[in-house]
Amino acid sequence: MLKFKSRTSAFSFNSLDMRSSFQLLLIILFLAISPKSQAQEKALAPENDLCLKCHTHQTFTFHNNLTKKEDKRMMNPLYILDKNHFATGVHAKFKCTDCHSADYTTYPHNAELKLEPLSTCLDCHGGDAKYAAYQFEKIDEEFQKSVHFQKSGESFTCSKCHNQHYYQAKSRTSSEVGDIVSFSNDMCMSCHSNNTKFQLINDTLKPALATIHEWLPNQELHFKKVRCIECHTQVVDSLSVSHNILPKEKALKNCVECHSKNSMLEASLYKYKNIQSRSEQGKLNSIISNKSYVIGAYQNVWLNNLSILIFVLTMIGICIHLIARIIKK
Amino acid sequence: MSENKIYLYPVWVRIWHGLNALCILTLIITGINLQFSNPGFELINFNLAINLHNIAGILLSVNYLFFFFGNILSSNNKYYRLKMKGLFKKMTVQADYYTSGMFKDEPHPFPISEKRKFNPMQKVMYVVVMYIFVPGVIITGLALLFPETIIQEVYTVSGIFITAVFHASLGFLISIFLIDHLYVCTIGKHPLKNFKSMINGYHDLSEH
Repeated sequence: MLKFKSRTSAFSFNSLDMRSSFQLLLIILFLAISPKSQAQEKALAPENDLCLKCHTHQTFTFHNNLTKKEDKRMMNPLYILDKNHFATGVHAKFKCTDCHSADYTTYPHNAELKLEPLSTCLDCHGGDAKYAAYQFEKIDEEFQKSVHFQKSGESFTCSKCHNQHYYQAKSRTSSEVGDIVSFSNDMCMSCHSNNTKFQLINDTLKPALATIHEWLPNQELHFKKVRCIECHTQVVDSLSVSHNILPKEKALKNCVECHSKNSMLEASLYKYKNIQSRSEQGKLNSIISNKSYVIGAYQNVWLNNLSILIFVLTMIGICIHLIARIIKK
Repeated sequence: MSENKIYLYPVWVRIWHGLNALCILTLIITGINLQFSNPGFELINFNLAINLHNIAGILLSVNYLFFFFGNILSSNNKYYRLKMKGLFKKMTVQADYYTSGMFKDEPHPFPISEKRKFNPMQKVMYVVVMYIFVPGVIITGLALLFPETIIQEVYTVSGIFITAVFHASLGFLISIFLIDHLYVCTIGKHPLKNFKSMINGYHDLSEH
């Protein structure tokens, strides 16, 4: 039987071999004021402890049966999991073996295990009434029309964008538009700003985004405030997030689609905010607590009417004066 | 030039005024285009409107400095000095002239002279526009040009949103001023006389 011993975390009880009661008090105090991290750790399936013991640390120690010694090795950085981050994801309560082979519970892991295909999203989410609201089949249908699938086929898996370990349903759960934007854009950037990952499915270098988007005024602000998919997807009203990623030739380039009274953003990015804020705060509050501004899309009815009134009164005044001048002449 | 004409508008004022007019007109047209942009109705392509608005805005800002320092360094500033005492009464007298006196061929209560380029209503209007509205629209406009300089959120409202509402409102008030300004300039013996004055610099006193 192999024994695992990982590098212990600074605040685990294994490190409590210190004698000082003062230090013990400090630790108790720290644990008491950090209920979030405790809750996060509790959220993980206890069956995962064995895996996470090594796969959350930079080094791991195991008993080498050949040398009969304790061996300490470096963990491959790609296989190190951020436990707290994992606990915030949608799959936090999953067992590692729900997706990975159960044979991974022994060490050294069998090399052939890596060749086994992992479960795909639709293996679990497809055709299940429990997930009907998320419309995974429709998402798959839309995704198959996308440039990603058209160019790379099946090798472009869901996980290329949606990291199964850390994925959060931000657009459904976050009340901050900025949060939704950065989470979404980070998914795109994970490949589009990283040549190594980009070249997993391409032979070319990643496109130079800043140069391609040179035509876009206030490029940095756009990148920060709206999602890439605002212009690079075909909006499907029934889907929370559109998955038909368009090639750059078909991407939206007409500014007024967003910069207008009936801004397309209302149907995409701001629909989450609108739905949420209206139900939570009421319509008036959602207008007052406006955290964004889009040229052309924001047209306040009261200010519009007031400006029309001032303009009309000015013109009436001028016309009356002009008529009086003409009559007098 | 005849003896009835006085040299009222020096070259630098005329150059500033001409450039200012050009910039303001561009800013109003492109500004309306941006504020009320719609896929079905675009006077100017949105992207072009943004670029024109930015260029005209920067030109207007530089030109404003020309006006501001020109006024400090020259004697032109005397026309913009407001004396609060009796100002309201003087404005009422001028308003009475516009609404009734001028139709009864009464003499102008504040005739133009080398010492008095503007009547009291004009003076107040020009001071408000040139020292409140235009600097306001320039400051908010430059802030929107560099949005990273704007406070992100004021309570729960976007700083950019507040700045943009101020910018559009001031732009609107300047547009209304422009309509009034153009109309009032047509009042006189001949509707185009004041416009000619702004080109050649001379004001004809014979019309009063």
